Amino acid sequence: MQRLALGLLTLLIVSVVIFVAVNMLPGDFAQAILGQGATEESVAAIRRDLGLDQPMITRYFDWLGGVVQGDFGASFASANAASFSGTTSGVKTVAQQIGPRFANTMFLAAVTAVIAVPLSVTLGILAALYRNSVFDRAANIFTLTSISSPEFFLAYVLILFLAVLNPIFPSLSNIYDGMAFGERLNKSMLPALVLTLVVTAHMMRMTRAAIINLLASPYIEMARLKGMSPMRVIVKHALPNALAPIINVVALNLAYLITGVVVVEVVFVYPGIGQLFVDSVKTRDIPVVQACCLIFAAAYILLNLTADIMSILSNPRLRHPK
Amino acid sequence: MILWIAAVLIGMGALAWVFRFAGQAATGNAPKFRDMPFGVAYGYILAVLVVGWLIWAYFQGRSSDTAIANKFFFLRIGIEGFIIFAIAAWLFRLAGRRVGTAWSRKMFRAMPLTAAFGVMIILIYAILAIFAGLLAPYGQEQIIPGVAANITPGGDPALGGNPDFPLGTDQIGRDILSRLIYGAQNTVGIAFATTLLAFFLGGTFGFLAATFGGWLDQVLSRMVDVLMAIPSLIFALLLMTIASVWAPRLGIPLTVFMVIIIAVIDSTRVFRLSRAVGQNIVVMDYIEAAKLRGEGFGYIIFKEILPNATAPLLAEFGLRFCFVFLTIAALSFLGVGIQPPLADWGTMVRDLSGFVNYAQFAPMAATAPLLAAGAIALLTVAVNFVVDWMLHKSSGLKE
Repeated sequence: MQRLALGLLTLLIVSVVIFVAVNMLPGDFAQAILGQGATEESVAAIRRDLGLDQPMITRYFDWLGGVVQGDFGASFASANAASFSGTTSGVKTVAQQIGPRFANTMFLAAVTAVIAVPLSVTLGILAALYRNSVFDRAANIFTLTSISSPEFFLAYVLILFLAVLNPIFPSLSNIYDGMAFGERLNKSMLPALVLTLVVTAHMMRMTRAAIINLLASPYIEMARLKGMSPMRVIVKHALPNALAPIINVVALNLAYLITGVVVVEVVFVYPGIGQLFVDSVKTRDIPVVQACCLIFAAAYILLNLTADIMSILSNPRLRHPK
Repeated sequence: MILWIAAVLIGMGALAWVFRFAGQAATGNAPKFRDMPFGVAYGYILAVLVVGWLIWAYFQGRSSDTAIANKFFFLRIGIEGFIIFAIAAWLFRLAGRRVGTAWSRKMFRAMPLTAAFGVMIILIYAILAIFAGLLAPYGQEQIIPGVAANITPGGDPALGGNPDFPLGTDQIGRDILSRLIYGAQNTVGIAFATTLLAFFLGGTFGFLAATFGGWLDQVLSRMVDVLMAIPSLIFALLLMTIASVWAPRLGIPLTVFMVIIIAVIDSTRVFRLSRAVGQNIVVMDYIEAAKLRGEGFGYIIFKEILPNATAPLLAEFGLRFCFVFLTIAALSFLGVGIQPPLADWGTMVRDLSGFVNYAQFAPMAATAPLLAAGAIALLTVAVNFVVDWMLHKSSGLKE
């Protein structure tokens, strides 16, 4: 409960930080929308429309109040387009833009998680079991390499091998609404594989380290001495006790998935929230940037919170505090 | 497809069983085979198959049929590169054991091959970055007159190359080799400066928080908590948006803003570490003694705490450098980082990325974007290998 409140408080402060940061922009949004040839009256009109004539604190609470109800305001880019065509009906709200893309990003993250989590935990257990063997060293080199390569390098290497040289998966993930699930999966496979490579490496190393840390404990020694097989020692005795750090690193990596998708989405032209974010950064579409930033931060905080709670739940000593 | 994979996996299982059984029979139940778990036998079979396939693929890449050779071209290059780098690292370690001071010879003797590889690559990059102006055949912004754009790398005229430009030219006719070399200077130099700044900020505040404690510690820690709650790449992108509006108004290059923004974001992580390390040191007796001697805070931080915190901070420096370097590369790749005409690897990857699609017919053309991306990967991999070795050495993790 206390942690939940702390998480909410953090989110609130983060929203203030984002809002203040955005308001450090010189000039104001009205001029940004209308460009240089704007007359005084039209600037004032837009300012009134968007509520920019209010003081900053009022605007912050207006914005926050809207966000809580799922209203992120109107996107500048579409407001701009609408003002050229002379209507106000074509203005797309930020929520309309973000909604479907958010679902797409969650889909990508889910596909990746389904592949990456079992794979990395299994590999981590194997690496701990056969530690210091050739397999462990090869896995160590391989994971270090894939952690430290930039995502776009991995992405282009995978495109090269799995899309261009051996056309197994498409290299562009043009996903649209109403696509069949199988096709959707096929199209988002390459980005999911790139993300898998990145997070698996990290999760696997942490799983291995968490298990090896425990292997020096007396109860492991005991289990070994009574003649248990190494595999059973690890799965039955070490794994349950290593669960807390493993869950923690899995949650952290899922948080990374939701936020780190930016580069991967751009490479594969995947219509997710990360690509929208980068596009709006380039066009300086402030409401969208603000909203995306808040969503990313919320996802990040939420997953960290889940990690905390899960690791408490997995440890009986923390579940029943004295 | 899935059926195929399943069949291969099961077939390998059968092979592993046969292998273990044959081993037991042939060696008269030697302990090695008698106590071999099935997983290990499976691992042997898997390794043999993988190595066999790589050898087969390598010779496919050397085949005279260009269609097949093109298909395995990149695997061939990869295998050759791996072997060449391994041999070079081995020779480098051998040389390090013979030449140099007693201290460096001792260091090289205990060094695993991966760490030797890392040190070698870092040295090469440092030399490239420092002497870029002397080593690069052309200028980084120089559009060479009379030279076509998009010359294929490889320098083979039959394949659209030009021996004067061994790595080809880019979309507006600049020499890619020169830009790669200058990229070492720009990308690595900027990343290094950013990391230094981040360490200066984070280290100073971290040690201050650790020594003073009390409200200063509380205020700084809570600020850092909030900053760390926002994913760093996202926060950097947000601040870069704002900076890109301010930069032309103030007449300060955007790159300066980028250095400051990333340094501040990254200093939060340094702060956490140096505060934790500092707190462990502050409770030591010799700090108490120094305080009783009447030494000032500056003396305690720089003469007492800092020397004892060097080892973890140095390892962290390597990791932070990688992180900063990758962030800058990602920002540049997204088009909001280091601005043209400065040569930069991230930007080069983005500009040349379209060539990947020609890999089937002209593998040489597809190497251009991979070269720049590979240059980034190589350095971060090298730094990570060295850091991994240092951490391993200092933690004494032997099990």
